Amino acid sequence: MSAHAPAILPDLPEHGAEDNYLTHGKGILSWVFTLDHKRIGVMYMFGILFGFLVGGIFAVLLRTELLSPQPTFLRNAQASMDFYNHMFTLHGAVMVFMFIIPAIPAILGNFVLPLMLGAKDVAFPRLNLLSLHLYIIGAVFFLYILLSGALHAGFGIQLPGGFGLDTGWTFYTPYSTSKSASGVVPATMGAFIMGFSSILTGVNFIATIHMLRPRGMTWFKMPLFLWGMYATSIIQVLATPVLGITLLLLAVERAFGVGIFDPKLGGDPILYQHFFWFYSHPAVYIMILPAMAIMSELVPVFSRKHIFGYNFIAYSSIAIALFSFFVWGHHMFVSGQSNKANAVFSLLTFSVSIPSAIKVFNWIGTMYKGDIRLKTPMLYALGFILLFTLGGLTGLFLGALATDVHLTDTYFIVAHFHYVMMGSTLFAFLGGMYYWWPKIFGRMFSVKWGNISAVIIFIGFNLTFFVQFIAGSQGMPRRYATYPEKYHIYHVISTIGAYVMAVGLFMVLFNWLHSIWYGRKAAANPWGGNTLEWRTTSPPPHDNFAVAPAAEDPYELGAWQYDPKIDGWIRPDADALAARGRVD
Amino acid sequence: MTMPFAILAQSGGGLWMPPKASTHAGDVDFLFHFILWLSVFFFLLVTALVVVFVWKYHHREGVKHEATADHSTALELTWTLIPTVLVCIIFYFGFRGYLQMGVIPSNAYEIQVEGRMWSWQFTYPNGHVDPELHVPANTPVRLVLSSADVIHSLYIPAFRVKKDAVPGRYNKTWFEATELGTFDLYCAEYCGTNHSTMITKVVVHEPSDFKVWLEKASNWETRMTPVEAGKMLITSRGCTVCHSETGNVLIGPSFKNLFGYERQFTDGSRTVADENYIRESIAEPGKRVVSGFANAMPAFQLKDQDMRAIIAYLKSLSDKAPAEATPGGAESGPSTTQPTMPAK
Repeated sequence: MSAHAPAILPDLPEHGAEDNYLTHGKGILSWVFTLDHKRIGVMYMFGILFGFLVGGIFAVLLRTELLSPQPTFLRNAQASMDFYNHMFTLHGAVMVFMFIIPAIPAILGNFVLPLMLGAKDVAFPRLNLLSLHLYIIGAVFFLYILLSGALHAGFGIQLPGGFGLDTGWTFYTPYSTSKSASGVVPATMGAFIMGFSSILTGVNFIATIHMLRPRGMTWFKMPLFLWGMYATSIIQVLATPVLGITLLLLAVERAFGVGIFDPKLGGDPILYQHFFWFYSHPAVYIMILPAMAIMSELVPVFSRKHIFGYNFIAYSSIAIALFSFFVWGHHMFVSGQSNKANAVFSLLTFSVSIPSAIKVFNWIGTMYKGDIRLKTPMLYALGFILLFTLGGLTGLFLGALATDVHLTDTYFIVAHFHYVMMGSTLFAFLGGMYYWWPKIFGRMFSVKWGNISAVIIFIGFNLTFFVQFIAGSQGMPRRYATYPEKYHIYHVISTIGAYVMAVGLFMVLFNWLHSIWYGRKAAANPWGGNTLEWRTTSPPPHDNFAVAPAAEDPYELGAWQYDPKIDGWIRPDADALAARGRVD
Repeated sequence: MTMPFAILAQSGGGLWMPPKASTHAGDVDFLFHFILWLSVFFFLLVTALVVVFVWKYHHREGVKHEATADHSTALELTWTLIPTVLVCIIFYFGFRGYLQMGVIPSNAYEIQVEGRMWSWQFTYPNGHVDPELHVPANTPVRLVLSSADVIHSLYIPAFRVKKDAVPGRYNKTWFEATELGTFDLYCAEYCGTNHSTMITKVVVHEPSDFKVWLEKASNWETRMTPVEAGKMLITSRGCTVCHSETGNVLIGPSFKNLFGYERQFTDGSRTVADENYIRESIAEPGKRVVSGFANAMPAFQLKDQDMRAIIAYLKSLSDKAPAEATPGGAESGPSTTQPTMPAK
């Protein structure tokens, strides 16, 4: 590695023996036991994308089952309903625990966060490796569930712990503890272990942001991605232990018959719902805050403009994290919870909508009089703004008590959370993946095919989920393996949309794989961002930076100029900048 | 494909929300449409801004861009305060509508509801148990919900009513039906294999017709033979969801050729299914479970005459039954001199 800060020089050697984190250290063990945050991020990427593929296969299967009210895959009506119940449960559990909770923090957070700080690594690299190993151990429990379900269905072989999973990802008691014959204990153990992975990542990020900021980067000069990660980490650290305790109690009741939640044993099933949502509502913000964090990077960079209203966006992330702890009761408006509690939870729920609205308007404000480049990450950002707006607005129907009574547990709520979780978080995740892809692998992808697949996914997504708002308002209950004929048309449209979306997502995968083998070499700064990760090579060297870079306003983009020769952005004052870093 | 479209065309109500059939529906639909139009406005506003900005400000070679402010406290306070006011209004209407659902009129007609895997049982004030919810029109009806096993949720979309049936507690809700006719009643909380078929009907009668219906439905023992009554009961109590009458194996063993045959249990013991065994299996299903099946059945407390009727019907389904209860006897119908149910 050259000591002469190679990052921002325009004429990088086209191919060469330069050392980067991908080539630093050979052999499988250099990956499995690496302490490099970048390698850990890449390994998370493979694990989490595998989870997304598995969850997506379940989604396609369950949508196919719902193509008609009659059984699709199996002739026996009972077996067909059981099949569907397992499919929707596994889809939910895999997508929540294996994909959407870890996706952005564990992949992009791990890779980008230390780079954005100009640091060599996270504060606790060994703890970071432990997080990854815990995630993999948790995932093995989930794979065991899948294997037990497949063996039982295919060959009648019964593995210990039950087969498959049919409780819904929420594991509601007393069905999960006393009635279901499926693998509740292995599944909750898997989620329990992955919970620790999430907690340790949160602890690590909080410590890293506190301790490793470069000189000159005060709290309000941090990139907003870091604010979002910080807010997410707070929730991970404070809320996830409650999930761990709850799932442990559940497993104890199921395995040993200790009465905690089942009224037959003297327990209270509503207590379980309180415990569960005390984690799982804040968990919704573990899913969406990192997505917002990515948005606050993409919109300014591709509008070539300073972010609009930095302080409001930063404060709103913290506000969302705090409010998220006081709204869990809105999942239980029809459970028999007291009317007074319902009124308070409804009012508090609306408080979360305000910081969310502020962010949307500030992103739009950032685009005003910009110089907007419609590259693939920006298309996903624009998709996010539209889909998150719809997801947020439909949340108003569910926060209001009178309408929630009619709409809860119907397809309306299914559509609502898919607009927020998938339309928003997945879109931001894909946008972020495209944005940092050249930095991670040092290769460019096809922007044209990236854009085409983004449009296909957007169309498929709306086809799938918009009709579900209508079906839900007409009374179609969720988690139904079969349904009255009057809802048939909505299901047909929805299933076609799911197929369209699957095609688009496979195009994304193909584009990425193609880029790894055939992509052009990426410039150090292919998009012209001013956050510190763009000041090192793509891919970065093992130690990230030859010289710790000096922090500036992360959204002051004016100094960067586009150079078509390298298809990247350079700074004429590069040498002066590097010298400043050295002095600091 | 044409059939679903035809169904969509004849469904009656609008694109959003089913036809209204209770006094709650007016309030709920008003709020729904208020939020809907507010959402349409804001969604179009956001979409328009995004489209216009992308159109006007997308990158063009050689075009210089003027600098703009990177924040504006006045503007940002505006888009903080406007949503705050609007959500307060939405909260108010939501709360008002919910209060109406929460405060049950004292003169309401009370029906006990029990959810069980996977059927509904509605118990009327005279003790009659029915698998369908029959109610008088224009009369407040109070439902007291409970569950025999796991959590269920009673959902009548036409009435905009939903309440969970939770084991170990009683939840209450009420409605006043305004339209005569038949409406769907769904289970809205996932409860296992047959969750999606835990559907029954709500029938709204004129109040005078309701009295006639209840009278007729309650006095079945004077109209039916034990075998007929048994057949009616195993359907109305939801037994046939899991036990077939044809020999097919569903969740539990079939009723066909059950009586008089030897049963083997999960603990290895065996017995011949007689009257006492059937009684035990209904009252304490978990005591002895037939091998090859899971213990999924909730216990039933039945009146003596109901129990006798069900035993009579199960005998009629078995080729090892005593002579007087063969299927031939059942087919002779109530017009013959078959004995009716013994008086209590």
